[in-house]
Amino acid sequence: MAGFRRSSDGVTARFARPEAAIIRDLVGQVAELVEPAPSPGASASASVSARAAELAELTGMTEDSPEDARLPDDPVLARLLPDAYRDDSDAASEFRRFTESSLRSAKMRSARTLLDTLPAAGGRVRLSSDQAEDWLRSLNDVRLALGVRLGVTDDFDALEEDVETSDPRYAYVQVYQWLAYIQGSLVSALS
Amino acid sequence: MSVAPAELARPETDEKAAVDQPWLTIVWNDPVNLMDYVTYVFQRVFGYPKLKAEKLMLDVHNKGKAVVAAGAREAMERNAETLHGYGLWATVSHDA
Repeated sequence: MAGFRRSSDGVTARFARPEAAIIRDLVGQVAELVEPAPSPGASASASVSARAAELAELTGMTEDSPEDARLPDDPVLARLLPDAYRDDSDAASEFRRFTESSLRSAKMRSARTLLDTLPAAGGRVRLSSDQAEDWLRSLNDVRLALGVRLGVTDDFDALEEDVETSDPRYAYVQVYQWLAYIQGSLVSALS
Repeated sequence: MSVAPAELARPETDEKAAVDQPWLTIVWNDPVNLMDYVTYVFQRVFGYPKLKAEKLMLDVHNKGKAVVAAGAREAMERNAETLHGYGLWATVSHDA
């Protein structure tokens, strides 16, 4: 693919079927990861938990107890949903209680937009500026996730040298760079 | 249609709020986020001109972090949430 370019009605790019498949797969995985876990006992009292979920959606507050409002253990989730206070765990926890649910929803929406506008069979993609914004956020989330899993540091060259073609990470390093190229082209097309 | 002069486009209340309530939005360096993307996000989220956005991005890149906004605590928390939506590593603080 040649990356995104500006067109008369937004930005556009063409994706081959396997390219679309790779992006859709990774975006789907990130969406699954940020999707809030169903609360315990959800199946036993579906209507109660549905109302609680509705309330949580309205207030932006989660049902979790305060001690649950902490940095996720999974390093990828911790990077996607970071603490907003570095040296004040109470403030970080309070912030998370009020915002994590809406941040997760926002990331889900961005992923949904990308999946809705990138045909599984590939082909030409045309994006409005709002859709392009969702693509940027979603592609970035995927790169953050890959970056954590691959152990990307400022010295990317060292990682590239370290990962041989036989290494299971090799393909992901290539995909990571390819996604950077796509995201970069989208930023240029929008700038 | 006209373009507002740069000195008028900048909200004056920002500086006053920064003195009264010195809360800050800080963005930290990150090995994954693209430099052009970070510049773009600063322009988009804060409405900064490209040169200012680029300078802040370079501060993040070279110094490890940069104060990208100052003002009331609630506004800084909204900034952090928006920046987290873009995948930037942002925190709220009293001190730089």
